[in-house]
Amino acid sequence: MKPTNTVIKVCMGTGGIAAGGSEVMDAFRTELDASGIEATVEKNCLMHKVGCRGLCAKDVLVDVIVKGQKTTYQYVKPEMISRIVKEHIIENNPVTDWVVGDDYHNFHKKQLKVVLSDCGAIDPEDIDAYIAGKGYEAARKVLTSSAPEDVIGIIKASGLRGRGGAGFPTGVKWEAAMKQASRQKYMICNADEGDPGAFMDRSVIEGNPHAVIEGMIIGAYSIGADKGYVYIRAEYPLAVERLRKALSDARTRGFLGKDILGTKFSFDIKVKLGAGAFVCGEETALIASIEGQRGMPRAKPPFPVYSGLWGKPTVINNVETLANVPYIIRNGAQWFSSFGTEKSKGTKVFALTGKIKNSGLIEVPMGIPLREIIYDIGGGIEGNRALKAVQTGGPSGGCIPAEMLDTPVDFESLAKVGSIVGSGGMVVLDEDNCMVNMAQYFLQFTQMESCGKCVPCRIGTKRLLEILERITKGKGKEGDIELLEKLSADIKDASLCGLGQTAPNPILSTIKYFRDEYEAHLKGKCPAAVCKELLTYYILEEFCNGCGACLRACPAKAITGEKKKLHKIDPALCIKCGACFDVCKFKAVKKV
Amino acid sequence: MVTLTIDGKNIAMPEGTTVLDAARMFNIEIPTLCHHPKLTPFGGCRLCIVEVKGVPRPLTSCTTPVSEGMEVTTSTPALEDLRKTMLELILSDHPNDCMVCEKAGDCTLQELAYFYGIRENRFGGERRIYEKKDGNPFIERDMGKCILCGRCVKVCDEIQGVGAIDFAYRGFKSKICPTFEKDLDCEFCGQCVAVCPTGALTGKMWQLRGRQKDIKGIDTTCPYCGTGCNLTLHVRQNEVVRVTSKEDTWNEGWLCAKGRFGYSFINSPDRLTKPLIRIVTRDKGQGTSKNNDSSLVTCRSSLFREASWDEALDYIAAKLKEIKERHGADSIAGLSSARCTTEENYLFQKFMRAAVGTNNVDHCARL
Amino acid sequence: MTNSIREIEGMEVIFVIGSNTKETHPVIANMMLKALHKGTKLIVADPRRVPLVRFSEIFLRLKPGTDVALLNGMAHVILKEGLHNDEFINERTEGFDEWEKSIETFTPHNASKITGIPEEEIIKAAKLYGGSRKAGIFYTMGITQHTHGTDNVNAIANLALITGNIGREHTGINPLRGQNNVQGACDAGCLPNVYPGYQRVDMPMVKKKFEDAWGVRLSDKEGLKSTEMVESAFKGKLKALYVLGENPMLTDPNIEHTRKALAKLEFMVVQDIFLTETAALADVVLPAACFAEKNGTFINTERKVQLVRKAVEPPGDAKEDSRIIAELSNRIGYPMRYSSAEEISEELGSLWPALSGISYSRIRANGIHWPCPTKDHPGTEYLYKAGFPRGKVSFTPVKYVPPAEVTDNDYPFILTTGRNLFQYHGGSMTRRVAPIEKHAGEPYVEINTEDAKKAGIKDGEKIKVTSRRGQIEIKARVTDRISSGVLFIPMHYREAAANMITTDALDPHAKTPEFKVCAVKIEK
Repeated sequence: MKPTNTVIKVCMGTGGIAAGGSEVMDAFRTELDASGIEATVEKNCLMHKVGCRGLCAKDVLVDVIVKGQKTTYQYVKPEMISRIVKEHIIENNPVTDWVVGDDYHNFHKKQLKVVLSDCGAIDPEDIDAYIAGKGYEAARKVLTSSAPEDVIGIIKASGLRGRGGAGFPTGVKWEAAMKQASRQKYMICNADEGDPGAFMDRSVIEGNPHAVIEGMIIGAYSIGADKGYVYIRAEYPLAVERLRKALSDARTRGFLGKDILGTKFSFDIKVKLGAGAFVCGEETALIASIEGQRGMPRAKPPFPVYSGLWGKPTVINNVETLANVPYIIRNGAQWFSSFGTEKSKGTKVFALTGKIKNSGLIEVPMGIPLREIIYDIGGGIEGNRALKAVQTGGPSGGCIPAEMLDTPVDFESLAKVGSIVGSGGMVVLDEDNCMVNMAQYFLQFTQMESCGKCVPCRIGTKRLLEILERITKGKGKEGDIELLEKLSADIKDASLCGLGQTAPNPILSTIKYFRDEYEAHLKGKCPAAVCKELLTYYILEEFCNGCGACLRACPAKAITGEKKKLHKIDPALCIKCGACFDVCKFKAVKKV
Repeated sequence: MVTLTIDGKNIAMPEGTTVLDAARMFNIEIPTLCHHPKLTPFGGCRLCIVEVKGVPRPLTSCTTPVSEGMEVTTSTPALEDLRKTMLELILSDHPNDCMVCEKAGDCTLQELAYFYGIRENRFGGERRIYEKKDGNPFIERDMGKCILCGRCVKVCDEIQGVGAIDFAYRGFKSKICPTFEKDLDCEFCGQCVAVCPTGALTGKMWQLRGRQKDIKGIDTTCPYCGTGCNLTLHVRQNEVVRVTSKEDTWNEGWLCAKGRFGYSFINSPDRLTKPLIRIVTRDKGQGTSKNNDSSLVTCRSSLFREASWDEALDYIAAKLKEIKERHGADSIAGLSSARCTTEENYLFQKFMRAAVGTNNVDHCARL
Repeated sequence: MTNSIREIEGMEVIFVIGSNTKETHPVIANMMLKALHKGTKLIVADPRRVPLVRFSEIFLRLKPGTDVALLNGMAHVILKEGLHNDEFINERTEGFDEWEKSIETFTPHNASKITGIPEEEIIKAAKLYGGSRKAGIFYTMGITQHTHGTDNVNAIANLALITGNIGREHTGINPLRGQNNVQGACDAGCLPNVYPGYQRVDMPMVKKKFEDAWGVRLSDKEGLKSTEMVESAFKGKLKALYVLGENPMLTDPNIEHTRKALAKLEFMVVQDIFLTETAALADVVLPAACFAEKNGTFINTERKVQLVRKAVEPPGDAKEDSRIIAELSNRIGYPMRYSSAEEISEELGSLWPALSGISYSRIRANGIHWPCPTKDHPGTEYLYKAGFPRGKVSFTPVKYVPPAEVTDNDYPFILTTGRNLFQYHGGSMTRRVAPIEKHAGEPYVEINTEDAKKAGIKDGEKIKVTSRRGQIEIKARVTDRISSGVLFIPMHYREAAANMITTDALDPHAKTPEFKVCAVKIEK
């Protein structure tokens, strides 16, 4: 890296690019060149991409560092660049109008960044940037001076557990694979992130791919594997591109390939693109997919550490798990285990979405109370409405009702309240969310993504979905809730893989905490006024001024009324499309 | 050897044996639908679940290898309840038209539904309905009856090395089909038909030829190539209506297209039923290579007349005696058949050697 | 087969040469696949990319008729690499030194020039086969239906002998027999030079034994082989022919010649289940029962005697062949009285020790491999365990001889013939099975994509295939399964009978016709 006065860091994760990051970079380049000053890019000014820094809602985020002083701008558009260059870079006078506010800083205050520590700070496409921040030091140390047993000892002592969902101790998994006598073993990185709305792994690979590669090198060395795969979905083109570049750079620098760093250890990594089947995130299905078969899970035991890819011992770790590894080796097991709770060590990355002000990517220490995530980091509920529940763990997870907001977020505590940490999805629900509808949404997803192999998942989830559909349509029957519970329990017990075993969770946990909502549906009411078939629209006399907007908007001609007089909705004709509700400026249309 | 207990019985088994195989060796019954002893375990139907002490959820016995000190229970009220749910789910997506199904009486699903007494179904709902549209001449694919046990997919891949079919689609819409849902175009060995536990795969020519009840099975040996696969001929009213092979034969129940589907020549209307004596001289109207089936059959009446056995055999005996007297025994030759039984071949050469008096006897070994 | 089919599973290396096993012996191919799943390696040598090639480690695509060069070339490599089995050669063979000299010129280089297979592939195959002591060779008519078929077989034997790959479990030489009971027909003595059990007709002791058993004087003159019968008839020497379930009018080479020959016969009887092309030439046609209508045994390719059981009654007046033969014999003055097939079987067993121990009651559930000399003998899965019947076995030096008819400017293509998966032999059975006929009812000639392009022939187009002996019109199937310069026509179809054009050149020893090579031309 060249010494520079000025550094410009533009957020160029998928979110940043979507918000116009490339155009912003172009604008900087043009503007700096045009101003003909010393500060032209690459001469006296370094500009580079950075990965996601979390608060995607405020993209494009740009750091401008002049003489060591960092200023962050939000919502940056190309037309804003000339002023930033002129006032800030040339005159060293930050444009305060566009600088991020308190919410940006609060968003970061309670976070603790390990995995994401370099994300958003370094150029993910520049191996030197990673190396400059002590990158590949951990791999060097391990390969040149540690025995595999010692590495595994450190990982075990750190308390690192799998971040893909199940939370299995990583060191124990590695140890089991290490002890296998096979000459051929495999190290696989599971980057088949499939939960709807989750983007933790994608962001890590987009923001700091070398950390994942380094983690894989250390893992492979520990278990004795010479071949590795990153199984990543083809829907992540940017992550794939950056990963491929990082692999090729690492190979050029001798971190991958034959006799790495002059040692006898050889290891290389192939990228295998997944076609976007949710079930391929299940490790045995993932293995089948790499082998060229249809991605269908097989029964465990035998576990992949004994018989995995091509029947050989195989370790499969999630992206986030692996990205933790170099930092643990660099800073020591004790450092890592000083974060978190007794049984859940370290940090966890979450994708915070839903009805929350600051939606985005966050990393928090394990054990942090849910309340702090929602109100301190997330900034509270959109429109300051009432929180109803937080759904964690995606389609395999459950929900935590508002009254349990002090639950610490860690593997054990979430399991205790009937949810899971999962891979890190966190959806905030407010009073306008119908819990039955939400369960139905997740079941639609899992049913569609079931591989079709085992009966309970293929047919059972379909039947669950059908029952939910009839409940939300007001056609539920007495006993349906009990039938849902019974079938859910049987599906959990009898399904082959994690997909089926957890698919009923959204139902069970919503019944557990919101049984009254189910019962209300059976009586023909949707308390959150979401389920279309159960809604009634009517016009409030006191608010209607007879403007006629609703009458014009109604596609079913269900609204009658003369100008300046009260309008009425004929429930027999109403198709419950909500057009009148949306169009009324006076909040005179009511739905219940 | 690994020692374990199954339902309290102490059992020693070689490492690698599955719990299911171990149980079956000791006549402990565990229901299965997707399992097939010659195929790799699948674990899809979930009927063979068992409880293993110390393991929180039930395991499929077909996929779980035995391990030292394992304590297995194959039947508890909870397990039976789960099995019943599984069967109900399968049947909730099945036509349940046993009274008109080819497979009735020989159907594993029907059998299990009977034993589990499934009359009502708690889980009624959408059923997959598919058009029967595969135009191949051998195998009827009625995919509405398919329970996705995957046996056909495995047998096609693992045993036959063909891979003509696989799972397609996901979720409830999952189905098994040839590439791009084209008509089946494969070796037509019918191995898939043999292993199908329901009426999803049957032989097209079996249709309406009789079901299990009225059919008698006769074990014999295949009449085609020299492999000598063991066959079972299924006979109804003096007609062979189906051919199968049993799993416990040396050929493990596997056959080829000819062996499994090539039997209807037995009942061909072209069969010779009466001795025939030539009525025109040989240089006229003789069969030529250009003849096809029908011309051969039509020329039958123009070339020959029907005769009684007595007449035909007397005629042959007289002719052979006369030629032998005139030209010697070596002017007569016999061409035997590799298609006939050993006993018939023995008799034929004995006839040529002892009755006619020549060693001019051979067969088609070289062709 | 010197091995049993069961042993395939335990072989380390399977070498298939001149056999389209997946189509002509599909269930044996299944057993091979089972072995491959366990790690067995497969070598396939064939002019065509037959379906089994897909599973092979090494595919040797040789020019038709060059098997000797390949096999000798492999032997050359095995010797050079020191992979031969000295102990076996010393203890159980003779003539090694002379044979060794005979293969000196078969360097991989020379073998490659003759066969068209790359040198390194020959070396690789030789090392794989020669490096194993549990290797089995499998072949069928691709080896035997040549004018030098006997040479081919000897070259295979030599290969097995230098490596000692014979006489033990899971290793041996395995010709796969093409018909359900060729083995049984041979065993039962339907051969012109031997009585049942390969006992020679010209040995007085043997003759005496059969004369005593059958109560009649017998001839010690060796009879005519089937191909010679046709020749003899053509020359007018043979006057009468009794044909049991054979159709030489479709399955013999050079059909026109066969037809002329049969037309000269004074008297011909054909006993069959259908009115075949041959039967149409007969003076008397006798209706026989088919396999489902009678009891008896078939002996399969692995020498296993298995039961055939009657399932249905024969149609009309049709009768079991054995009853017809017996009744005819009675009328000719040599009475035959048997109450059952089992009784005939017992008589055969009494005349040949290899079958003595096999009774119907013993093979009710499972067949038994002969030799099985006594009632308590378990049968013999593999042969030559205790040594070869004549003590030491000889190496037979084999020279490479080109096929009888080679290509030239007038007839530039090599035609090779054989079976396909769906039809069977002359087709009298399978062509009467509607679904088979629907699926594979049309004759075709396989032609290489490049050759077709050059000749302007499209897939499915009708072309004329002509040899010096005849011409047929047939649909072209354009495929890379066949190599350039070679055509393949399945033998099953009377409407475009391959044997209208095949050559009637014979192997001088076995009298097997050269169905696998003749020269032809194609025209649109």
